[in-house]
Amino acid sequence: MRGLAVGGGVHSTELAVVLGFFALVTIGGFVAARWRRGQSMHSLDEWGLGGRSFGSVITWFLLGGDLYTAYTFVAVPAAMYATGAVTGWFAVPYTIVAYPIIFIFMPRMWSVCHKHGYVTPADFVRGRYDSRGLALAVAITGIIATMPYIALQLVGIQAVLDTMGIGGTGSWFARDLPLIVAFAVLAAYTYTSGLRAPALIAFVKDTLVYIVIVVAIIYVGVKFGYGEIFTAAKTKMTKPTPAGPPTGVFITSKANYWAFGTLAFGSALALFMYPHAMTGVLAARGRNVIRRNAAFLPAYSLMLAFLALLGFAAIYNKTPVFGRDGYANAQLAVPHLFDQVFPSWFAGVALAAIAVGALVPAAIMSIAAANLFTRNIYREFFAPNAAPKQEATVSKVVSLVVKFGALIFVLSLDRQNAINFQLLGGVWILQTLVAIVAGLYTRWLHRWALLLGWATAMIYGTVTAYRQTVPNVKVKLVNGTPTPQVHGTRHFGTSVADFPFTHTKVYIAISALVINLVVVVVVTLILRALRTPAGVDATSPEDYYADAPSDAVLSTVEREMSGAEPHSPGAT
Amino acid sequence: MSAPAVPSSQRKRLPTRAAVVAGLLLLIPVIALGIVPVYSRETPKLWGFPFFYWYAILWTLLAPVFTYSAYLVIARARRQP
Repeated sequence: MRGLAVGGGVHSTELAVVLGFFALVTIGGFVAARWRRGQSMHSLDEWGLGGRSFGSVITWFLLGGDLYTAYTFVAVPAAMYATGAVTGWFAVPYTIVAYPIIFIFMPRMWSVCHKHGYVTPADFVRGRYDSRGLALAVAITGIIATMPYIALQLVGIQAVLDTMGIGGTGSWFARDLPLIVAFAVLAAYTYTSGLRAPALIAFVKDTLVYIVIVVAIIYVGVKFGYGEIFTAAKTKMTKPTPAGPPTGVFITSKANYWAFGTLAFGSALALFMYPHAMTGVLAARGRNVIRRNAAFLPAYSLMLAFLALLGFAAIYNKTPVFGRDGYANAQLAVPHLFDQVFPSWFAGVALAAIAVGALVPAAIMSIAAANLFTRNIYREFFAPNAAPKQEATVSKVVSLVVKFGALIFVLSLDRQNAINFQLLGGVWILQTLVAIVAGLYTRWLHRWALLLGWATAMIYGTVTAYRQTVPNVKVKLVNGTPTPQVHGTRHFGTSVADFPFTHTKVYIAISALVINLVVVVVVTLILRALRTPAGVDATSPEDYYADAPSDAVLSTVEREMSGAEPHSPGAT
Repeated sequence: MSAPAVPSSQRKRLPTRAAVVAGLLLLIPVIALGIVPVYSRETPKLWGFPFFYWYAILWTLLAPVFTYSAYLVIARARRQP
């Protein structure tokens, strides 16, 4: 058991267990290339979507591994530890209401994408609205929202390394080498195995996480008592700060109903707009796989709820959250709690769960971002005749670039930057909802209106998030005493802001979405009155119900999508 | 892309009745978690959990029941000619 003091050597038992699991998933990652293999890995359908062949069980593990990321495991209890219900607990209703929502529209998305060979949401937008500009907007939004999310997976691994006594001070090389090695290995097997690698590793990750959570639930119940941890949390959250009212929230009240509700619903709507979530869905074998998963994925939300409560357990247990660098970091609450209360071999299993939990989403996110680049930027603007094999090659290389970009981002900038950008990413990605989800039901909205609404909302959301300034307080451990240090103010302080023309705090992404919708509807009315060309819709109504394309359609699509076959009279 | 000939065996729209029933089933968990002021309360407690917390945990178990029911309603409607 560790005291308040920072330091101590490397926790070798924990490190050995974590390395053991890392070796296991590395082997799994490379073996995955042969798992459920199609005729060839040389197309985006195979490399980037696992052959669109995953059944209910694999999809459940894949999406569970994909959506409930290492950062979630670290950040949600961290938020509970630091400020309580609004910023932390909202994740539970969020990950419940997300599924009835996707139950409704995701099967339509799957059908139209399967029918036309679309790999990315931007592919669909391109086909539906006949607009390269709108598709580019959707693709770029997806890429810039995903990049910081990958970076945050590294932040999750860093928290694990820091807990085991690796990192902190010392030369940057010694400090960051483990992270660089972990990511290089991840990059290598994602390159060779594509989406099959995270699909296989997800089994390991999710099993580990469930074991750890079940043990933690029992441990907290027996050793601490749930009544006790809630009492400790209430005391902390309701205690006024020297500067004024309490900063924490134990149970939502009139002042933050809207903040809590819009954070939950806004995040739920945004979840499946993220390219990595879409990739997980499009890799499914059929519509019913998606619907069954919408019913069974909340099992992960149950786990997330108890994980969140570990933030309160850390309050009760007075778990120190100081990192090796001497600064307080709420994200260390749960890793340090594991380190404190579990025997070291099991703490190793728990830390491995977080570390492996970072690899699955990081792999899928980099694949999704790479597919967006390949389909909607490279092929659209630079190589219209790219063959499937060429597309797969470009995507593989871009997946490497994306991962190393994230690595450089985390190593060169302050961790706070990655968190700020991820906050912005949520605001940004929700703005693609109008084009994508409305497009699944109606083509009434005009493509240029959608583009204008998106642009307005992106600017509003970014500026508003930037303007949320809070005091930049860091707590440093000086001679064993926590000492607050104030370094002026910082931007991106919160994800809620006054809804325009009111004093009600609302999730910025939702305010931006409302502005987006208003602009889209008004401009559509104007453009329709002016009879502005609306483009040609490549899809037809029955595409949105189709289960699997007939062989004839499939071959037509493949030929058209590949662009490889010249239409010469001699070719048959 | 020119529309290829679509086989007549393609799926059709869901019958309205089934669509409405499934929609209502899906709406229930969304409303249950949307009524924030109603469940923002500390009592009644359950095994030490304030109401606000155990209510959300309860819905991680109830939501799948409603979602799966919606799935069954749709699956049954699809099977009927």
